Amino acid sequence: MLNYDIVVIGGGPAGLAAAIEAKKNGADSILIIERDKELGGILQQCIHNGFGLHVFKEELTGPGYAEKFIDELKSLNIEYKLDTMVLDITEDKIISAINSKDGFMEIKSEAIVLAMGCRERPRGALSIPGTRPAGVYTAGTAQRFINMEGYMVGKKVVILGSGDIGLIMARRLTLEGAEVQAVAELMSYSGGLTRNIVQCLDDFDIPLLLSHTVVDIKGKDRVEGVVIAKVDENKKPIPGTEKLYDCDTLLLSVGLIPENELSKSAGVELDPITNGPKVNESMETNIKGIFACGNVVHVHDLVDYVTEESMRAGKNAAKFIKKEITRDNHVINTKAKKGIRYIIPHKIRVENLDNTLDMFMRVSDVYKDVKLVIKADGETIKEMKKKHLAPGEMERIKIPVINIKDKNISNITVEVQGEEN
Amino acid sequence: MYDVAIIGAGVIGSYIARELSKYKLNIAIVEKDNEVSNGTTKANSAIVHGGYDAKPGTKMAKFNASGNPMFDKVCKELDVPFKRIGSLVLAFNDEEMEALKELYNRGIENQIPNVEIIDKDKILKMEPNINNDVIGALYSPTAGIVGVYELAIALTENAMDNGAKLFLNNEVKDIKKIDKGYKILTNNLEMQSKYIINCAGVYADKINNMVAKESFKITPKRGQYYILDKSASNITNHVIFQVPNKFGKGVLIAPTVHGNIIVGPDSQALNDDQRDETQTSGDNLDYVKNTASKSIENIPFHKTITNFSGLRAEPNTGDFIIEESEDAKGFINVAGIKSPGLSSAPSIAEYVLDIIKNISNNLEENKEFNPRRKMIVFDELSKEEKAELIKKDPRYGRVICRCENITEGEIVDSIKKNGGPTTVDGIKRRVRPGAGRCQGGFCGPRVMEILARELDKDIEEIMKDGQKSNILTGKTKS
Repeated sequence: MLNYDIVVIGGGPAGLAAAIEAKKNGADSILIIERDKELGGILQQCIHNGFGLHVFKEELTGPGYAEKFIDELKSLNIEYKLDTMVLDITEDKIISAINSKDGFMEIKSEAIVLAMGCRERPRGALSIPGTRPAGVYTAGTAQRFINMEGYMVGKKVVILGSGDIGLIMARRLTLEGAEVQAVAELMSYSGGLTRNIVQCLDDFDIPLLLSHTVVDIKGKDRVEGVVIAKVDENKKPIPGTEKLYDCDTLLLSVGLIPENELSKSAGVELDPITNGPKVNESMETNIKGIFACGNVVHVHDLVDYVTEESMRAGKNAAKFIKKEITRDNHVINTKAKKGIRYIIPHKIRVENLDNTLDMFMRVSDVYKDVKLVIKADGETIKEMKKKHLAPGEMERIKIPVINIKDKNISNITVEVQGEEN
Repeated sequence: MYDVAIIGAGVIGSYIARELSKYKLNIAIVEKDNEVSNGTTKANSAIVHGGYDAKPGTKMAKFNASGNPMFDKVCKELDVPFKRIGSLVLAFNDEEMEALKELYNRGIENQIPNVEIIDKDKILKMEPNINNDVIGALYSPTAGIVGVYELAIALTENAMDNGAKLFLNNEVKDIKKIDKGYKILTNNLEMQSKYIINCAGVYADKINNMVAKESFKITPKRGQYYILDKSASNITNHVIFQVPNKFGKGVLIAPTVHGNIIVGPDSQALNDDQRDETQTSGDNLDYVKNTASKSIENIPFHKTITNFSGLRAEPNTGDFIIEESEDAKGFINVAGIKSPGLSSAPSIAEYVLDIIKNISNNLEENKEFNPRRKMIVFDELSKEEKAELIKKDPRYGRVICRCENITEGEIVDSIKKNGGPTTVDGIKRRVRPGAGRCQGGFCGPRVMEILARELDKDIEEIMKDGQKSNILTGKTKS
């Protein structure tokens, strides 16, 4: 059996930042396990720019952003295994993993950081009726084919879902000579960042059909067309609004799901809203010494926030090794109230915070000119005016520790107040 | 000249091929698609029925009753997943209770072991998620679930291991009577055979009409299904039926051998020219959803990983047609094999062997016949076995499909087998990468790479399923 202080599962942006920060905070034996042939995760296929504005104050491509971390990881001599798959994690933190070189391994680790990321929702999850031809791809799979393997996936394309990867791929496919006919979005607003709608659709005259969905897929061997219909306020297709789009490809950008099969095998408790682990202020799960960060916890909009959150997880994993995490003390629960879908973290032990409490959250609808109100046991402790809130953009709230320390608070809530929609 | 040509490589054709390969016969399997198991066999409920349902005295009743007990042995010999989990037919009112009694009596008459009518308490003890309005159920403990396309694939492979030849991409266009047999003309070749066995599924009447007078008609009947993620598997441990109606056995809810949940089918008769129309539709899927919810409320349909439809071959005779044609000697129809066709397959194959024995003089046994076909499922091995296997072949240390933990070793192994796959869906049906919750999002490109490498093809030539189902459409600008 191999032994490590900290094993990080996943070598994408979350795993890299966590491992580096753990090392900087005094953890010695750290291992990253990555299933792909290289480190960097999905960043490696995101060749567009727009990464790093918060963390590095410059605009980088995905691989460029990853490289900064990979270089630092190597200079810190942090160990990693590529092309290695974790099969199982037990509650007492024994990891089974395999690869071609080392064979079957059992690894005992004092602390574990879960950083497996997320996967895309496939066609089946939407139950789109029709035939099952070639030519239906999730946006990320198409991105991998085009950016990593150098192959095109189609010539005339319809995209369902206006998540960021779908928007980015609308532009990418257009630049590669494909004709992107439309992006259909079930909701009455886009799930992607505003900057991506402008730069990827508007600049290329690609229509965004809000409150529309695909109701049929045609073609026996390869997609020959898709039928798009308008939906009513209950998201049901409105009869008579169907329109056939002649195309050979349907791209799906209909949401991401945190990848938590291993978390479940380790006994980690999940939040049914985020589909990710419930975590505390240290990004620790309900299992002592098992931490989680990045898209495995909740789907982020910007990789910069993944980095920030993962640094916190890595630092605390190191503190755990050194037995510096305070336990059995007072716990504050966070609760999402009106207009808020979820809040990360779920639990807060104030003694473990440095200077501020950082909360990440997403709203459940589009709001204009409203306030985000943060309350401690019903009493307002902070208000933030917001011109625009949308489910596609994550919100971050910082609360100075001094405002919540030694006050015996049980609940911190966040809600949207004021003019709606 | 072949001794026997089998038209159609579904579960019936492949079962017959394997049964006949126990004898010294030159066997050809002729299949129109680029893959075995690609029609009705690919898309059905995959249930081995208890056998109480079919009308006593019919071929369906006889072969279901005798076929069911044969599954344990064949699935063990061929490493095909099979579980005898039992089935329940639910009744919600007095009228349906009457129907249960009728089914029970049929069960007794068909000599089905251990069928019993059980009360609400016992039902809910067995399956606590069943709708509380249930008043009784017919319990048939010998019903089972099977990996149906895996079975057809394994049967074909084993038949080939024992000498049978497989001709894919050969659609039979015409059959001519010649001296001592028949000449079969396909889109690709001509072959001669002493006997022909027509296992052409929804096309069986068309094949019959090429050589004999029109004696039956096949109507394609479409059924649509949902497959739910493994995390929904706790909703039932038995096959849950409702009382059969005029459309068939109705909508069922059942575990699959791989731990998913299957819900369906509806039943929709299609036109004569719709024998390949396996698309699904919103209305029919909604019907399946609503009808199934009568058996188990709150089925987690949000955990759907895919939906699909399949076509059954409904004969106008009301029963299986398994006989030598009267006006074409040596031409044997095995047609109209609708439900319980899968359950009957082992017994039908034996019966067809008897027909061949009768019309040909003294068949000689194939002394070298090897009934065993091995299949490694990495995920099911012990730690020690996993370690050992990777040491022997490092490709088993490389996981390609992360949802189902499928290794490169298993994929390569499947490609190298007799009748091995050439398409992404062919790999999926054999070793399951892409059958999990991400439906191939991650592993699709890797599976294509492996296929291209092993088949020595360009990756652009790798198809999803059918012969023109291109996945890639060229290179990017570089």
